[in-house]
Amino acid sequence: MGKTVLEMREISIEFPGVKALDQVDFTTETGSSHALIGANGAGKSTLMKVLCGAYNHYTGEILIDGQKVNIRSPKDAQELGIQIVYQEVDTALIPYLSVAENIMLNETVSDLGKKQFVNWNHIYDEAEKVLKSINVHVPPKKLVSELTLSEKQMVLIARAISRDCKYLILDEPTAPLSIHETEELFRIVRDLRSRNVGIIFISHRLTELFEICDEITVMRNGQFVSKENIPDTTINSVIEQMLGQKLDEQFPPNTSQIGEVLLETHKLNDNGKIDEVSMKVHTGEIVGIAGLVGAGKTEFCKALFGVSPKVTGDITIKGKKVRNRTPHAAVKNGFALVPEERRKEGVLVHETVVTNFSAASLNNFLKVFSFLDFRKESDKAKEMIKSLGVKTPSEQTIVENLSGGNQQKIAIGKWLVADADVYIFDEPTKGVDVGAKKDIFTLITALAERGKSVIYASSELSEIMGISDRIYVMYDGRIVKEVMKKNTDEEKLLLYSTGGN
Amino acid sequence: MSTSNTDTAKKHGTGFDFFDFMYKYGTLILIVLLVIFFAVMNQNFLQTSNLINILRSISIVTIIGVGITLSLSVDGFDLSVGSVASLANAVVISMFVWYQQPTFIAIGAGLMAALAVGALNAFMIVKVRIPDLLMTLATMFIIQGVALTYTRGATISENMIMSDGTYAEGQISPFFEKLGQIPWIIIIMFVAVIVVHIFLTYTKHGRYMYVIGGNKEAARLSGIPVNKYKVLAYLLSAIFAAIGGMVLASRVMTAEINAGGPYLMDAVAAAFIGFAVLGAGKPNAIGTFVGAVLIGILANGLVMMSVPYYAMDIVKGTVLALALALTYYKLK
Repeated sequence: MGKTVLEMREISIEFPGVKALDQVDFTTETGSSHALIGANGAGKSTLMKVLCGAYNHYTGEILIDGQKVNIRSPKDAQELGIQIVYQEVDTALIPYLSVAENIMLNETVSDLGKKQFVNWNHIYDEAEKVLKSINVHVPPKKLVSELTLSEKQMVLIARAISRDCKYLILDEPTAPLSIHETEELFRIVRDLRSRNVGIIFISHRLTELFEICDEITVMRNGQFVSKENIPDTTINSVIEQMLGQKLDEQFPPNTSQIGEVLLETHKLNDNGKIDEVSMKVHTGEIVGIAGLVGAGKTEFCKALFGVSPKVTGDITIKGKKVRNRTPHAAVKNGFALVPEERRKEGVLVHETVVTNFSAASLNNFLKVFSFLDFRKESDKAKEMIKSLGVKTPSEQTIVENLSGGNQQKIAIGKWLVADADVYIFDEPTKGVDVGAKKDIFTLITALAERGKSVIYASSELSEIMGISDRIYVMYDGRIVKEVMKKNTDEEKLLLYSTGGN
Repeated sequence: MSTSNTDTAKKHGTGFDFFDFMYKYGTLILIVLLVIFFAVMNQNFLQTSNLINILRSISIVTIIGVGITLSLSVDGFDLSVGSVASLANAVVISMFVWYQQPTFIAIGAGLMAALAVGALNAFMIVKVRIPDLLMTLATMFIIQGVALTYTRGATISENMIMSDGTYAEGQISPFFEKLGQIPWIIIIMFVAVIVVHIFLTYTKHGRYMYVIGGNKEAARLSGIPVNKYKVLAYLLSAIFAAIGGMVLASRVMTAEINAGGPYLMDAVAAAFIGFAVLGAGKPNAIGTFVGAVLIGILANGLVMMSVPYYAMDIVKGTVLALALALTYYKLK
């Protein structure tokens, strides 16, 4: 079998307000594995979605062996032998059907034609054949809901190759896998490669990419940066290309006095999602938690705040042990969390600005018998709107109608009203415009200056470098490095975050 | 809190928006139109005695409906209220007739029985995590059966023949008898509506319940004890269902088989119609009352026009479907 070359030329796509891809070129061929890498928001996933026919409003052309092809729908892509395994495996599987049914889903849906009855023997036989061909031992009659995450991934890979598969895109496949499971996945990748399948591998874990891939394409800010053969490049040069020129973020000067240890965690575990996390934060200190998406930052923040019920390990405040069994208890112990999923978890989108500001500390706005003091509540909201610079028509506006940056200011402002001791920020600048970002940094710095302890978790390393006093780097649920800001830089942080040393 | 008007104004630009207007005032306009229509068709409709009659007829629906409103406010749903009303009805009458208990013990027993059901609902929903609708569907059957078993499948009434052949000696107290009569039945209804309205709109607890109903996860991450309030909602829902059942008991002075059952659908309809009243966009006590008024007027007017009672459910169901259409089309 000869090699088939896939080319994407000058692909551009725009979404309301963002140019997600800008004249991107991408070339790969069957029988090799190709790494696609870039920082968050670089456009890797968008590019692959274009290739899979998820969008139809892009410009540019796609060619297979020099022949122009038209990919405007997932069906187009599949007919050309382009298959993808998305990161969220659960969205692509039907949990209460068997492994075999899931593997053969496409065939059952589109190839049955006029036949009205399902041939069960055929489904089980075919599925078993596919599973055997990649040497995966999952019983075809087992329900998908009973599988582990990595087994689900295998089922999806099996589904992809059950049909004509020339190119297989794996979107961050290793993020949720253990080391052993990752090795199993790599075995399959190598196996498929030897059978003349082209693998496109999206990952943040550089060490892995260097182990498994032949070529690497780097993207940044929706643009193509470079394409090289893996043997001709190094991890450090890829990191440089990913970061590009350093963005000049405007971080306010931090003059806070770092005092005694306020918060300490000792061997915090959460059901395998975080592993023996021990760290401490002083008063007036901003501690950065760096790490890639899926490194366990969010899980750590939630474990601290009592969101997860299965946390073990100790949390101490000023040397006194506290138990945050629920967020309610955490708030009482002086914790505040600004969660990552703003619209889902951070603000009450259907409620007014006033209700949002007072939600975490409603007890301060009461008259006798738990009656609400509407006047006091609305005065406080007006005060916060002014001091945080929230752009809203009035304090009675529904939060849903405000921009992302203003919503985030409200999510933070809620905890300023509540006055906590430990402020935990999880990706607070996600989806926030530049102006609002600066305001948020100023707010966070001001908290430290008032003697609060701040934990700032982000995968934006430039932000971590800009705002933190001290940094912990997380990888695979563990803290792998603790550094002072003055002793490190973005490149080193990225190296640690990708599993390097 | 009239809060949802800003966003529609934005969506549709300035100027008069017919749909938004209908969403807010549709129910009220429909009530006025119905009143005019029935008044024209039958002169007796607008007589004071008939209006009072309507209020009396909707009072039990309204009382049970505000209970459902409370469970809806935390984004829950309590289908067991009809059965709870039957149970409370049976318990309170049996306390008088079988056991010759004084009024406060009879009423207390009815409330305790309801609280037990509310606690069961709350435990299974909050701790075992069965979806609200399904769990309360199960309790609906269970409690219907419990009430039937308790009354041995028979109607309880004064001077009934007991299983040993003697007559029941207990009497229903004159005080209890008054609860189901005008004006007390109407007063109880208004008190229930006003208390729930104040509770939901002006107290911390009501605010928390709406916040939980709007976004459970965000509420939890704001430090609100979500489970505690869900439990509270189901207990309160059961209590209002019990009050409804006991008022019913007082009105008919007997405990019929599954007497509370038919009130479930009317109360649910009233609560959902109430979503849209004055553009509230969420469950609210005043809206539930207006919803009950709408259903009551329809039923009363149609009976006066000699529409047979067995066709009434067609009309009620249609009104509910229309109200739901308004609410969900708006939410889209």
